[in-house]
Amino acid sequence: MTQLTDLTLAGIRDGVAKGEFTATEVAGAFNAAVAGAQDALNAFIVTTPEAALAAAAKVDADRAAGQTLGKLAGVPIGMKDLFATKGVQTTAASKILEGFVPPYESTVSQKLWDAGAGLLGKLNLDQFAMGSSNESSAFGHVISPWRRPGDTTALAPGGSSGGSSAAVAARIVPAATGTDTGGSIRQPAAFTGISGIKPTYGRCSRWGIVAFASSLDQAGPMARTVTDCAIMLEAMAGFDAKDSTSLDVPVPEWAASLSGDLRGKKVGIPREYRLDGLNEDVAKSWDAGIAWLKEAGAEVVDISLPHTQYALATYYIIAPAEASSNLARYDGVRYGQRDLPNGAGLQDMYAATRAAGFGPEVKRRIMIGTYVLSAGFYDAYYTRAQKVRALISRDFMAAFEQCDVILTPTAPSAAFALGEKSNPLDMYLGDVFSVPASLAGLPAMSVPAGLDRNGLPLGLQIIGKPLDEQGVLNAGLAIEARANFVAKPNMWW
Amino acid sequence: MTVSTYRIHGATGEWEVVIGLEVHAQITTQAKLFSGSATAFGAEPNSQVSFVDAAMPGMLPVLNGECIRQAVRTGMAIGAQINKWSRFDRKNYFYADLPQGYQISQLYHPLVGEGAIEISLDDKNPDAETKIIGVERIHVEQDAGKLMHDQHPTMSYVDLNRSGVALMEIVSRPDMASPQEAGAYLAKLRSILRYVGSCDGNMDQGSMRADVNVSVRRPGEPLGTRTETKNVNSVRFVMAVVEAEARRQVDLIEDGGTVSQETRLYDPDKNETRSMRSKEDAHDYRYFPDPDLLPLVLDDAYLAECLASLPELPDAKRQRYENALGLTPYAAGVLTAEVETARWFEVLVTACAKAQGKPEAEVAKQAANWLLSEFFGALNKIGKDLFSSPVGPEGAAELLALVGNGTISGSIAKVVLEKMLETGDGAGVIVEREGLKQESDTGAIDAVVAKILADNAEKVAQYRAGKEALFGFFVGQTMKAMAGKGNPQLVNEALKKALA
Repeated sequence: MTQLTDLTLAGIRDGVAKGEFTATEVAGAFNAAVAGAQDALNAFIVTTPEAALAAAAKVDADRAAGQTLGKLAGVPIGMKDLFATKGVQTTAASKILEGFVPPYESTVSQKLWDAGAGLLGKLNLDQFAMGSSNESSAFGHVISPWRRPGDTTALAPGGSSGGSSAAVAARIVPAATGTDTGGSIRQPAAFTGISGIKPTYGRCSRWGIVAFASSLDQAGPMARTVTDCAIMLEAMAGFDAKDSTSLDVPVPEWAASLSGDLRGKKVGIPREYRLDGLNEDVAKSWDAGIAWLKEAGAEVVDISLPHTQYALATYYIIAPAEASSNLARYDGVRYGQRDLPNGAGLQDMYAATRAAGFGPEVKRRIMIGTYVLSAGFYDAYYTRAQKVRALISRDFMAAFEQCDVILTPTAPSAAFALGEKSNPLDMYLGDVFSVPASLAGLPAMSVPAGLDRNGLPLGLQIIGKPLDEQGVLNAGLAIEARANFVAKPNMWW
Repeated sequence: MTVSTYRIHGATGEWEVVIGLEVHAQITTQAKLFSGSATAFGAEPNSQVSFVDAAMPGMLPVLNGECIRQAVRTGMAIGAQINKWSRFDRKNYFYADLPQGYQISQLYHPLVGEGAIEISLDDKNPDAETKIIGVERIHVEQDAGKLMHDQHPTMSYVDLNRSGVALMEIVSRPDMASPQEAGAYLAKLRSILRYVGSCDGNMDQGSMRADVNVSVRRPGEPLGTRTETKNVNSVRFVMAVVEAEARRQVDLIEDGGTVSQETRLYDPDKNETRSMRSKEDAHDYRYFPDPDLLPLVLDDAYLAECLASLPELPDAKRQRYENALGLTPYAAGVLTAEVETARWFEVLVTACAKAQGKPEAEVAKQAANWLLSEFFGALNKIGKDLFSSPVGPEGAAELLALVGNGTISGSIAKVVLEKMLETGDGAGVIVEREGLKQESDTGAIDAVVAKILADNAEKVAQYRAGKEALFGFFVGQTMKAMAGKGNPQLVNEALKKALA
């Protein structure tokens, strides 16, 4: 018999519903897997085995009582530690929030519990979701379960949702939440050979998610299959009056409508993404993806997104600007860390608290953001960046006149080794393919496409029209069906 | 526009003063601007604080539509342009009373644009000249919390009850040129806000406070450097700040110094302003559009509803009192200055018209005169005002009807009013009980007159010889004999006839 931890989210849900196994057995199996991998992978900041068991017991009792089960009944999941969870420490992987236990539950996590999911623990991430490698966490790096064959070098699981990607890839959770500001779901999914979707901005409520860059932050699911992503996104999405940027539109039944048949659909290939010196393996997997989508019946069209070249610069102005303001609340006055040197006044307390509480990448972005918003520089940076952002959106809208979805690589390379990218700019350049869709608020997902020459996963990104998650998921399914991605990390832990 | 003649007389000549006010008015609503927390004054510290107000991680603002509605109505009340597209910005700075580390305000695209307020240059004189003071804008923003320094020997405590409370910032043009104008502007603004119902105007509770911008210049010269005195909380203090600050600036300049652009505080005990922080210490607030909030878009139907909901405003009401009700400009001015006074007066007029079966226009003058000359004085004597008065407008109307139909005389009415205030009983009950009904029986009056003339034959002779001033003496004697209850008109007629 297959191990319970090898099952997909859909497989677990259906097995529990049919009585093939109990939710409690599932929770127990994953709790054990989590405990067994924690020292090696450091995917979790806190684990909550009792919470997982309690949720499972409720599902089992509901099933015994003949009650209708939720969409995720019996599925234990990992929660990125950016979502506030009532009664469970929530840190954003920062010292400044160490020990902070929210008296409230984020909208998205509440929806997941309401659907019958259980909490295995809070997943590690880049501090305040700022990073692409999980090296900025104050609670230690997450180690990818993937290794290059014959090499024990620790690899990055991607970021910022690196705890989520590592845990799903290692099969210690069947699915996890992520958040994506400039690629933080898609890039780690690509690095670890799993699927992840960032929905249209406004699909998932941001209420209760520690804010990084408000105009970009979106929650989304990370799982092993496109179908699992569709099921989980249905549970996460929906209008929330507590978030003014939440979209008041119905949540479609994405999973039920999934179809890999792309006849009559057009797939755009943006020529500007074909960068000079693009990694050969990445280029090859992109070509393979184009071929698979053709096979699925789609017509491939050449499109242009002329302002792509400015996207990275635009993103690294807007996101830090918003972050510099969003993170001002961590001041040592009301919650979290407080450093109050002897005889210190208010300003000293701020300085000491924030100096000790924030990591270097967070400080760097706060300083960049403060700079671009300051008097005399605001128009040159922030105002200009907003204009370019509008042009980038317009590029996409024009492209979608000619195509239904856009196919690109997710990241310019496979996973790199921890410590390999010591220059922050090198790290930022890794976001080059993921950032444009974030700036335009478009739904985008990464699906595994194959392995590079070093045996590491590569992902392909599908970008869709606003609110067309279905189109994105369908194209993802078409690739998934043809990529036949069965590789998984060897369990070395 | 009238040119102010107010001048500071310096050692080297005369100076003009230029004043602009930024008034912060707390919007009257049950809930805060971006959270559902209550806004009652005087609650226990930190008892009206939501997760949003305390800026807990992941909390988001949601706009309270009632605050916007009140600000729009206020804008309409001063004839201002309402911007159908506006937006909220973050004003970033660190302070312990500011949990988010930024205040949500509107810098770039305020809700309300250019408007104006007409003030009278002498509120004691209804015929005084008026002046139009421009209002540059009204925007909506969050209030901060409050630091408490008296709770602990070495630490300051924070009360977040006010954190997130909705304010309107009403920014005038620098159109005022004297303490009187500044005071009149603030008083008029307060009156309008209270008419509209968008702010209770309770300055002693901090619901309304003014930042006073003052500069001085030689007559006709360009504007001088201004200072801003923060959080001045009464009309009287605003006037005092203008005087003290203008005088300080003139003295400074005449002593060879220069005024520096800075923020100052007013010390009412010493009647002086002192420096709080200079321009060099000024914050760079790093304003940018709040990404947690969408732009605020209002449609025509919404604006029409706001406009329709506006009450009659003080200027319009004053004109109506003068033109339709025939009141003097003075009476109209006094009765319309406060919305509650006008409301009281209007109930009184309606009740008088009903009690006397006459149109309102015919009884309004009597009611206004009585209110201003009799009632306010009588209330004053017992230390009460209109709103704590034991006699309401309906009770007053009953009294005035008794005068109107000749049941009692005006002088008896004073006595009845005193007894009404004392006992709370109705006028009719008192008149009946005390036997104060006016004597209008001409036979009875003629009898008394005959007796008075008989008793004073000598004076009658003098009167008839041409000493007409004695007529008053006969009236007095007759009324005295009738215990004040004689119908004055009939007494006059009877005496004239008898003395002829």
